[in-house]
Amino acid sequence: MPILVNEDTRLLVQGITGREGSFHTKLMLDYGTKILAGVTPGKGGQKVHGIPVYDSVDEAIEKHPEINTSIVFVPAKFAYDAVLEAVNCGIELIVVITEHIPVHDSLKFIRYAKYRRSLIVGPNTPGVISPGLSKVGIMPGKVFKRGKIGLVSRSGTLTYEVANEISKSGLGISTSVGIGGDPVNGLDFIETAKFFLEDENTDALVIVGEIGGDAEERFASFIEKTGFEKPVVAYITGRTAPPGKRMGHAGAIISMGTGDAKSKIEALNNAGIQVAETVSSIPKILFNLLK
Amino acid sequence: MKLYEYEGRRLFELYNIPQARSGVASTPSEARAVAEKLSPPYVVKAQVLVGGRGKAGGIKFAETLEQVELVAKKILGMKIKGITVKKVLIVERVDIARELYLGYILNRSLRTIDLLASSIGGIDIEAVAREKPRALIKISIDPILGLQNFMVRRVFKHLNLDSSLFDDFKAIASSLYSLFVEYDCELAEINPLALTADNKLVAVDSKVIIDDNSLFRHPDMLQLKSERLAELSEIERKAKLLGLSYVKLNGNIGIIGNGAGLTMATMDLVSFYGGAPANFLDIGGGARRERVENALSLILEDPQVKVVLINILGGITKCDEVALGIVSALEKHDNKPVVVRMMGTREDEGKAILESRGIKVLESMDEAARVAVNLSKG
Repeated sequence: MPILVNEDTRLLVQGITGREGSFHTKLMLDYGTKILAGVTPGKGGQKVHGIPVYDSVDEAIEKHPEINTSIVFVPAKFAYDAVLEAVNCGIELIVVITEHIPVHDSLKFIRYAKYRRSLIVGPNTPGVISPGLSKVGIMPGKVFKRGKIGLVSRSGTLTYEVANEISKSGLGISTSVGIGGDPVNGLDFIETAKFFLEDENTDALVIVGEIGGDAEERFASFIEKTGFEKPVVAYITGRTAPPGKRMGHAGAIISMGTGDAKSKIEALNNAGIQVAETVSSIPKILFNLLK
Repeated sequence: MKLYEYEGRRLFELYNIPQARSGVASTPSEARAVAEKLSPPYVVKAQVLVGGRGKAGGIKFAETLEQVELVAKKILGMKIKGITVKKVLIVERVDIARELYLGYILNRSLRTIDLLASSIGGIDIEAVAREKPRALIKISIDPILGLQNFMVRRVFKHLNLDSSLFDDFKAIASSLYSLFVEYDCELAEINPLALTADNKLVAVDSKVIIDDNSLFRHPDMLQLKSERLAELSEIERKAKLLGLSYVKLNGNIGIIGNGAGLTMATMDLVSFYGGAPANFLDIGGGARRERVENALSLILEDPQVKVVLINILGGITKCDEVALGIVSALEKHDNKPVVVRMMGTREDEGKAILESRGIKVLESMDEAARVAVNLSKG
């Protein structure tokens, strides 16, 4: 069974009555995702695309005890409270789509989730999709064809580009996880890779990294130390980005002497991981490794 | 948002972190007036948001009011790493016996707050980490538990200060931690934290970076943010006011994409095929036609740009909206070639709109990058 989201996913949508929440609830329903309930404080009793809305997470869970996953569309100002509420109610997986959440808020809810053994994906993520089974996110479903390549990425649209190339090549995706573009993430490359290692539906892994932080370097040293029984291909974006400038989202910045593409590529190469120079060359490398 | 030293000092004051008296000025005569309220000797410091100002001649000593005016005149208007100095800080000089370092920084990998302290201060902390790692102590703080007494005791011991200073040190460490947390900082550091000849701890410089995403809960910082706008170049200011993520680069191919990762990948691909990006411009998710029109107009008006490459992968973003935006921008600025690659949501509608205006839409980002690079060399 694919990792994180699969045919057993029973979803709660936090912020379901908002513009984004309502719009993507429709798209996820069309995709086949099993959505049981939504939450917006003060708007309990309504329905959105036929899905019942409750005032609080515990009320939703009381009525729909099968809920095991939540997706958060709550605006940045209120997202902290919403995520804590989901963790507090014991939801196993919480996918935080919201961008621009203050990083101190993320630090705290990620830490609290660790205490309570909830998994957090994001914030600032396009979500998680196991093609054909369940989509918990905002990605265009049609570029993700079912297959056996695991995909982990820090950036949204670039994930779609990579997924599109892999799907076109005939290889397809087992699960695609957007870990999020913010400086701190609930799940990182290493933790996600461990799930893929255990997943019998995944034959190889593609890591899409970018400038900023040292998540790719840490992933490289994890692979070097532990060995990894599945082939891994990496792609790093931002080779031509100048230091000191934030390139779009908050995580993508070369700062204080760390986080440039060169050091990431070197670290990955040193760990024996092939780094693709262009997105379109990823499938060819995968085919070679899987031979 | 990076704060100027004088802005950081105001926060330090708010949190009762001991520091020498100071004031800020933008003209030599103002500098003198500031100094009149302080006691000599003085230090005059350039206010810029880049490091290495001491080496560049941006920090000078003065004994008298006349000298303050004179050195302020020298420093104001000078360029440090390409940035013109517009303000100077005048501080009462501290008689320093030892320089230490104390700072808090976000730890992205552990998802904690790191307390960093060093028995050597006054210089770049990364240099200390490289060259004298044993001078440095790092303690990871659980963001829910916060700074604890045992941590302060450990750091104090490491710094090897006289035990009579413990309470003062603890007060500074706690205050800086409160500032870090309450003002949503990515970094808050005192470098150097000086031990004075008369055995006191005094902050001699401030460096504070505040998380832009948190500004909604800090009205005072929002105010500073809007002042920062005036310091940007015209094109950067325009982009910011339009809500676009824009970074100026050195080449001649204008790049527009949706999503930071895809836009960076487009830049990288252009370089891979031998071209040079003129900018990074991310229109973000779900851009409507006006936004696309604004973005493209901005790039077409940049004299450095010879050709524009637009790479859109529509998820939330609708290709027909993008196409309409491109068409209306080109109605106003039809002077440079525009190469478009577009796929995803409402792709066919978008292509139809562009092709009816004679703009060919390319299928792959590789092909689009190659075409743009060729045009840039023609």
